[in-house]
Amino acid sequence: MLKNEYDIVVVGAGPGGSITAMHLAKKGFKVALLEKRQEIGAPKRCGEGLPLTADEIIKLGVPDFCKRQDINGAIVAAPNGKTITVNMGKLAGHVVERKDLDKWLAFEAARAGAYVQAKTEAIDVIKENDYITGVRVSYENEEHDIKCKILVAADGIESVISRKAGLNTTNQLLDVESGFQFEMANVKIDDPMKLQLFFGKDIAPRGYIWIFPKGKDIANVGIGIAPSSESARYYLEKWIESKPEIFGNASIIEVNAGGIPVGGLLENMVLNGFATVGDAAHQVNAIHGGGLHESTTAGRILAGVIERCIKKNDVSQEALSEYNKLWWEERGNRLQKVQKLRELFDKLNDADMNTIAGSVNGDDLLNLARGSKAIGLGKLLLRNPRLLGLMKHFL
Amino acid sequence: MVWSIDNEKCLRCGTCVSVCPIIALDLKERGIICDKTKCTLCNNCSKACPVKAIKVEK
Repeated sequence: MLKNEYDIVVVGAGPGGSITAMHLAKKGFKVALLEKRQEIGAPKRCGEGLPLTADEIIKLGVPDFCKRQDINGAIVAAPNGKTITVNMGKLAGHVVERKDLDKWLAFEAARAGAYVQAKTEAIDVIKENDYITGVRVSYENEEHDIKCKILVAADGIESVISRKAGLNTTNQLLDVESGFQFEMANVKIDDPMKLQLFFGKDIAPRGYIWIFPKGKDIANVGIGIAPSSESARYYLEKWIESKPEIFGNASIIEVNAGGIPVGGLLENMVLNGFATVGDAAHQVNAIHGGGLHESTTAGRILAGVIERCIKKNDVSQEALSEYNKLWWEERGNRLQKVQKLRELFDKLNDADMNTIAGSVNGDDLLNLARGSKAIGLGKLLLRNPRLLGLMKHFL
Repeated sequence: MVWSIDNEKCLRCGTCVSVCPIIALDLKERGIICDKTKCTLCNNCSKACPVKAIKVEK
């Protein structure tokens, strides 16, 4: 059972929390990983794409029971229906069952020596002399105080513990994507190895609709949009109704929602005795909304910093801020570029998107999504003053 | 001045909590709770909700 003292307590057993706990346990620390929900991984809040570039997860050897469909590329549809096929080699990633993936990562944390406990909610931080020295948790109607040298909040988009600790992780309304998804069966899918993305201001304002195949006729069908007067669910249902050739005989197997923090990267993610990771720290690729790679990379970096801090017996904000430095060098600067691209994307109208779709190829799109420059796009801009004006701040 | 949630619609995703500037909202196992002594009826939560489960009437 849960003890009353650990070297590190990690709040939240999503991928970022589990990976951080696993690395720390492997380094020999006493670690507790706490999850407020009854079942780790459920309900999920995700499109379930796991790219091979998410190497912190891939290198652990993702077991087959987590995988639903191998992916080798994507089909991107412009507002006018024109599609661009992005080929990404023989294997670009998997569509996974997030419930199984999250549970497996928690298994790995436990196998490494971390103590994992579900249905245990962190309700507040414990502060002494300006240091976070523990966490108050609640389970089975009882509250317990747990002491730790460092508290890690991997507490998801809500980030209540991060905020109670003193970090401003509140999302500005325009920095959050409102997401909604169905898992559907009996969907008409031509090529299950391709993700499908659909763009257009009418179907998904400031976002996109996706079909991520989870088998030859099963898919995660979802939408992410800017908060607006109509709900994400409204937009997705309207679009599904308009596509009887795909969904005419489809059924709804699961209903999920989730927010995506696509803005406001944090310059500082640490306090005395405290650090935050994952969605709570807004560690997300703002263009595609994916956070698996980001949260787990940050978890690996953070575990290394924590090891050094505890060994030299200095868990001050100053010592822990090595995590800020290393994370910004490895991921932050690139993600900030991706955010700039997203701000530009927000300004495009449907006609702009159709023009772009008529001129670029799959490789260009892939480079853009990764935060690199796209050669085809440069040629297009030279011929199109409106787009050039919009894009000059990015390129 | 009323904040209310339709728990039949709510999918417990926590998006509303993340945009609440004063942490009046929290996601518990049984659903979203609102500390109405803190809530300023700013309406961020209802705008961000993916299923429009929250109503704020001023």
